[in-house]
Amino acid sequence: MDFQIALILGQDGITNGAIYALLALALVLVFAVTRVIFIPQGEFVAYGALTLAMIENGVFPATVWLLLAAGVAVTLLDGVPALRQGRAGRVLPLLGINVAYPLLLVVLLKTLPMNDMGLALQVLLTLLIVVPMGPMMYRIVYQPIAESPVLVLLIVSVAAHVAMVGLGLVFFGAEGYRTPPFSTARFDVGPMSITGQTIWVIASSAVLIVALALFFGRTLYGKALRATAINRNGARLMGISPVFAGKATFLLAALIGTLSGVLISPITTIYYDSGFLIGLKGFVAAIIGGLGSYPIAAGGAILVGLLEAFSSFWASAYKEVIVFTLIIPVLLWRSLTSHHMEEEE
Amino acid sequence: MKPGLSPRLILAVFMGLLLVAPLTLSAFYVTLLNYIGLYAMVALGLVLLTGVGGLTSFGQAAFVGLGAYTTAVLTTATDLPGWIGWAAGSPWLALLVGLVLTAAVAVLIGALTLRLSGHYLPLGTIAWGISLYFLFGTMAILGGHTGLTGIPPIAIFGYELRQGHQVYYLIWAFLLLGVFTVHNLLDSREGRAIRALKGGMVMAEAMGVNTARSRMVIFVIAALLACASGWLYAHMQRFVNPTPFGLHIGIEYLFMAVVGGAAHVWGALVGAGVITILKQWLQDWLPALFGKSGNFEIIVFGLLMVVILHKARGGLWPIIVGGFKRVVPIQVVHRQIDANAVPLPQRERPQPGQVLLEARNVTRKFGGLVANNNMSLDVRSGEILALIGPNGAGKSTMFNQVSGVDTPTSGEVLFLGESVVGKGSRTIAKMGLSRTFQHVKLLPTMSVLENVAIGAHLRGAKGVLSSAWRLDRAEEARLLAEAARQIERVGLAEHMYDEAGSLALGQQRILEIARALASDPLLLLLDEPAAGLRYKEKQALGDLLKKLRGEGMGILLVEHDMDFVMGLVDRVVVMEFGEKIAEGLPEEVQRNPAVLEAYLGGVE
Repeated sequence: MDFQIALILGQDGITNGAIYALLALALVLVFAVTRVIFIPQGEFVAYGALTLAMIENGVFPATVWLLLAAGVAVTLLDGVPALRQGRAGRVLPLLGINVAYPLLLVVLLKTLPMNDMGLALQVLLTLLIVVPMGPMMYRIVYQPIAESPVLVLLIVSVAAHVAMVGLGLVFFGAEGYRTPPFSTARFDVGPMSITGQTIWVIASSAVLIVALALFFGRTLYGKALRATAINRNGARLMGISPVFAGKATFLLAALIGTLSGVLISPITTIYYDSGFLIGLKGFVAAIIGGLGSYPIAAGGAILVGLLEAFSSFWASAYKEVIVFTLIIPVLLWRSLTSHHMEEEE
Repeated sequence: MKPGLSPRLILAVFMGLLLVAPLTLSAFYVTLLNYIGLYAMVALGLVLLTGVGGLTSFGQAAFVGLGAYTTAVLTTATDLPGWIGWAAGSPWLALLVGLVLTAAVAVLIGALTLRLSGHYLPLGTIAWGISLYFLFGTMAILGGHTGLTGIPPIAIFGYELRQGHQVYYLIWAFLLLGVFTVHNLLDSREGRAIRALKGGMVMAEAMGVNTARSRMVIFVIAALLACASGWLYAHMQRFVNPTPFGLHIGIEYLFMAVVGGAAHVWGALVGAGVITILKQWLQDWLPALFGKSGNFEIIVFGLLMVVILHKARGGLWPIIVGGFKRVVPIQVVHRQIDANAVPLPQRERPQPGQVLLEARNVTRKFGGLVANNNMSLDVRSGEILALIGPNGAGKSTMFNQVSGVDTPTSGEVLFLGESVVGKGSRTIAKMGLSRTFQHVKLLPTMSVLENVAIGAHLRGAKGVLSSAWRLDRAEEARLLAEAARQIERVGLAEHMYDEAGSLALGQQRILEIARALASDPLLLLLDEPAAGLRYKEKQALGDLLKKLRGEGMGILLVEHDMDFVMGLVDRVVVMEFGEKIAEGLPEEVQRNPAVLEAYLGGVE
């Protein structure tokens, strides 16, 4: 390996690491607020990437049908009890958000010239389709058992992940896609050649992280989520609805996941099941931060990205083994430094 | 004994059906039963781990792979290095090597993750499952993605098990051996310690259970069951490749356990059966529906799991049993208490008036908050000391300092003259201190008898292997007889076989006292024992405590009910704002101006 190759690998590593960092932040956030270990995070990455790919290819994105189905399920779950309590007025907004909105998207997608509307609009459409699935998922899968032990929430997460992977196969087929890069520019900085996509990824991640920091630091809703993360019951007594907190958190997580998918798809070919491994790398980073510290998780993500890049050069067959074995020393370190006797909830 | 079908008879019919199944069924169904047996063995491990122990693993498929690849390499390789050469060629030796290897790996993973909170183990097993799967696929000695072929069949005394119906009996013998082993284990001293894990670590440790060890035991047993399943699989298929050992199969194993009923040994079999047959059916049907090939059954499995976790957390087994009982009554067989069992040895009682527990200048700070400041108290043999004070005075913190749940920032705690600071509640329990909890910590689905028997944990010594193979029955009878004796003593005899969760709160508090007494303590710490009790029950409790005092027991009591306290105890220590404000006889304390001010507010 010479210096040149090291620079290229370093660039690759940091680029992927920036995406893992986003995912790690979302995972830490979801765990802190809802105690859910959000395994399906990776599916939002794959759904985002592949929905964009379908739009770019002028194919009707089948994920809209999932959005519609989930919307119908939410309407039934919330609407039927509301009707029973004689509050029919609540049904109309439910229908509007959960059923009319997906139908509107269907009409839009059928009429708009999807494949030549420009990347920005295509990305926007992708977000409009995939991101609302986050809060819907919270409503359908997690809200009924929100007070369960972490273990049950984890198992249900895995079940949701498995179902989403299977649906991904139905929607996108077994083929992989790679979307065209946001920018084909190249910049030569000394011996290094930086691609436009790299700059896009790193800049977007940085902007998103700063935006999240501002959201949590400066806005009332951000503070409400932080309060829920610190003490659920306390937050509830202060009038912060746990359902709201859960849905808002899942909205953010879905947004981060979908954006990560959009950002990563020009770099790697994404298949219907690729999201899991990408999400798990975010997990390794989140675990480095003890599922609690945002900065350490972000740093861990860069470390994971670099480790992956360099091990793909030295021992490409063992790339995944090396990345996931990293978790062992991390766990060892955590188990030696934590002296806290956990009391189960 | 109530009339109805005996569970033994049902079991015998089931075994009979298993025995004749391969003689009557077609090869297709025998193969299906073989797979169900293999999968159920892995799911059984997860029942022990998840449903009973409250831990979980997504990496069981990797342990299956470890068993399968170990035997594949050892029975097919022609040029093994000398150090392992002795195990070449024989499936049975390969099983032994596989089990040892699996146990070693499980201990390593367990040591890394089991000390951390519950969700690190599953996350660790996901990583381990992925890593091992990729290793299977890339290592040249393991045949890469094509795998290894030419694995010989298993031979028993020269009789080779080549056909499906031949290996069938071996698979189901292994499975039933596993079921009975786990079943026996759960119905023993070690089993109660394992089941206590779900009641919270603090309670289990206070009863003397080494929770880290219990967690490790079930993780290793689950891994060994998976390994044995892999060994059988390799010799049934006669070839191995990485596919059946991937993470997605590991997830499927967990689904089997949860769908079947993760809290019951037979749930593993039900779950394995349902998922295997459903998978077979969906794999024929769904690709035709979608017009393309793929593992679409995972959509159904995923949704099924979500529904089960929402609507029937206990899985299918309790539903099946409930339905069956409605049609055919099943006898309820209670554990027989052997009244003639040799009583357990008792601790030597100290002289009346001897100091049992002594706290000297104990201070506990949480950051800037001083919860206990310079607290001193002592409890003597044959006396009842009450620790009282307004809410937030630091009583519970003080309780945690002396019982070893927490470690004081400074100061000394002596039990029988020996320092116990930082020793942990398990060690202190061993020295003769037992306790109850302010928020009752019981195993609600276990019987009163079993709950109390957890208290006697440290008075038995039989380990996992003796429990699994029923070499512990004499000791078990003594432990249960002791538990029954304590239950009678506190007046809960009529509830002996009821589920602890069905008792009223006051009775649950009394049950906790019986559990504490089962450990043969010298000193009892009671945290608000009279809360939730009715007047008569309070009287009975008071009488019991007086009787215990008469026998030389020391009792430290945290209590809010002043009538109860003042008529009962010998001395009182009053706390406010983390400090001791008064100490003395009940009537002295009642007249103490500082105490009056603390309780009633200042007199202007």
